[in-house]
Amino acid sequence: MWPGVALHVVSGKGGTGKTTVAAALALALAHQGKRTLLMEVEDRQGIAQLFDTPPLPYEERKIAVAPGGGEVWALAINAQEALLDYLDIFYNLRRAGSVLRRMGAIDFATTIAPGLRDVLLTGKACEVVRRIDKLAPNAYSAIVLDAPPTGRISRFLNVNSEVSGLAKVGPIRNHADLVMSVISSPRTAVHLVTLLEEMPVQETADGVAELRAAHLPVGGIFVNMTRQPMLTGEQLQEARSDTLPAESIEQCLNEAGLGDRGGAIVSTLLREANDHALRVDLEARESARIVELGLPTFFLPLLSQGIDLGGLYELANLLREAGVR
Amino acid sequence: MSITIIVCTGAGGVGKTTTAAALALRAAEQGRDVCVLTIDPAKRLAQAMGLSILDNTPRRVEGVCGPDGKGSLHAMMLDMKRTFDEVVEGHADPERAQAILDNPFYQALSSSFAGTQEYMAMEKLGQLRAKADEDGSWDLIIVDTPPSRSALDFLDAPERLGSFLDGRFIRILTAPARGAGRGIGKIAAFSFGLFTSVLNKILGSQVLADVGSFVAAIDTTFGGFRERADATYTLLQAAGTSFVVIAAPERDALREAAFFVERLKSDSMPLAGLVLNRVQEGSELNLSAEQATASADKLEKLGPDERLTAALLRLHADRQRIYTRQLHLAERFTAAHPGVAATTVPALPEDIHDISGLREIGDLLAKKREP
Repeated sequence: MWPGVALHVVSGKGGTGKTTVAAALALALAHQGKRTLLMEVEDRQGIAQLFDTPPLPYEERKIAVAPGGGEVWALAINAQEALLDYLDIFYNLRRAGSVLRRMGAIDFATTIAPGLRDVLLTGKACEVVRRIDKLAPNAYSAIVLDAPPTGRISRFLNVNSEVSGLAKVGPIRNHADLVMSVISSPRTAVHLVTLLEEMPVQETADGVAELRAAHLPVGGIFVNMTRQPMLTGEQLQEARSDTLPAESIEQCLNEAGLGDRGGAIVSTLLREANDHALRVDLEARESARIVELGLPTFFLPLLSQGIDLGGLYELANLLREAGVR
Repeated sequence: MSITIIVCTGAGGVGKTTTAAALALRAAEQGRDVCVLTIDPAKRLAQAMGLSILDNTPRRVEGVCGPDGKGSLHAMMLDMKRTFDEVVEGHADPERAQAILDNPFYQALSSSFAGTQEYMAMEKLGQLRAKADEDGSWDLIIVDTPPSRSALDFLDAPERLGSFLDGRFIRILTAPARGAGRGIGKIAAFSFGLFTSVLNKILGSQVLADVGSFVAAIDTTFGGFRERADATYTLLQAAGTSFVVIAAPERDALREAAFFVERLKSDSMPLAGLVLNRVQEGSELNLSAEQATASADKLEKLGPDERLTAALLRLHADRQRIYTRQLHLAERFTAAHPGVAATTVPALPEDIHDISGLREIGDLLAKKREP
């Protein structure tokens, strides 16, 4: 899957588990001795919380070992540090930082100036990608970027058009062009995370259309928190129409030693089965809409105990089995 | 007439817009005159409220009123660029306004920068409030907040933009035009030189020139952006305003809610309470996940006839596990923030995209339930 892709950008509607999927992807890609970098850009320290480590500094750090000896490193980028980095790398001007800060220019560049912030953030990701070309000793085999949500992703990545409003020519424009040459190339894949619910699926479909219109390379769809149907097709049918055999269920409950609760247990289980059937129907409907998009699609289960480190490895293994390399 | 303002806030994807719309509908159907300002509603929800035209003014939602014919609901969707343009047009003579509207930096600022949306939402809220004061159109205004990186952005972004536009940086940038920069000390002059040369390197001279002419144009027409932002901020602290923090029973969303609750407290802004959306309901049945799983295991060993019941028990166990985890998260929140009123809305099997769905959410919101 995705040979030649060095930069995996993971977006999705808020609440769909973007960070979790990005982390699982970084783990899956780090199999057999490879080294991947998981980056975040929104000052949320979501990676640290997920991996249960202290807040990440602006510094690449190893945070997990993948099955088979690979490593996942992490980096929390913030726009201010990225700006100083940029000044350092391109102009050898790191020391100008304190003057700029005093004058309010760092604030301007990182929070106010339209688009600049995004160029700095995506620029840092591209810098890491270019290490691969330079055969640098600190190069990674793949970079996974936990990106802003679907509603903002095209704008975030399409730095060229964002900056063009601000600067038609000049250094920042040149930098944006350089960033764009990586992001709109086949070396990048933009993945979207969704749930099997109407709004996130709609947003995913809109997001795919928007990315395509902006000529950004769409990767795959990660369908998160899916529920396995726990009943057979026939049973679901009966659950839907409330015709599951109540009497034989009650008998079975008696056998299991749960019979002393009267009819309450049967009626509760039947109601829950009905809910489940409705939910399975909804998921099937939304699933069909996702398949229509014609993109590689990965289904990840809802982990009822929540996401912890163990759950993350479980998701990574599922991705590996589904062909993520 | 006193006007109440309710601000709905929370992390992305927790159902802010739906909650704001449901509250508004419920209040209107109880006889209030309500205006709801939504930021970026899902298409079908917008259609349900008759928001097919984007004209930046509140439109009446037909067929919504209280039992005795009193009460009404107006809804609007924020158009941030248009709101910004109107501010410019309302504060400058036509010629100067046009100069600002044509400025490339203004165009970029008004359509894409992170924070404009928040600022314009506040601006629009101020306008709606002024209109209500003037002609009594509404006695309740409900605002949805932009889907930003952090819920706190709604409070901070206007201030940031205001202080930038009124700040030192802008003065320095426009210094050559004002003849400033002279008479400053040697060290400052050195910093200043370094500063402008660095900015030229990063941004290029054309950008600096655009920013400069934008600021020069805006400086004479606006009575201080910061004051404007401050005035709206004060409105949020005034009596009659309250915040509803919305979350889902997930770690991240609740953390965000906690930040916001603390921030409101420190800025003495009134918190109405927490709405916990999409909560898995526990069953009245006293059967734990462990018991259900153990019984399912036992039944499966007995034979194929027992499989259905075993599957139902596993289904129940799964629900109970989710319920327990969510309950635990909610309890942690309540323990850390005692005294915050909270209500829960159960996860519904289907999405909301019509008036009757909003009504159902409104009923659930009003039901007295502890998380």
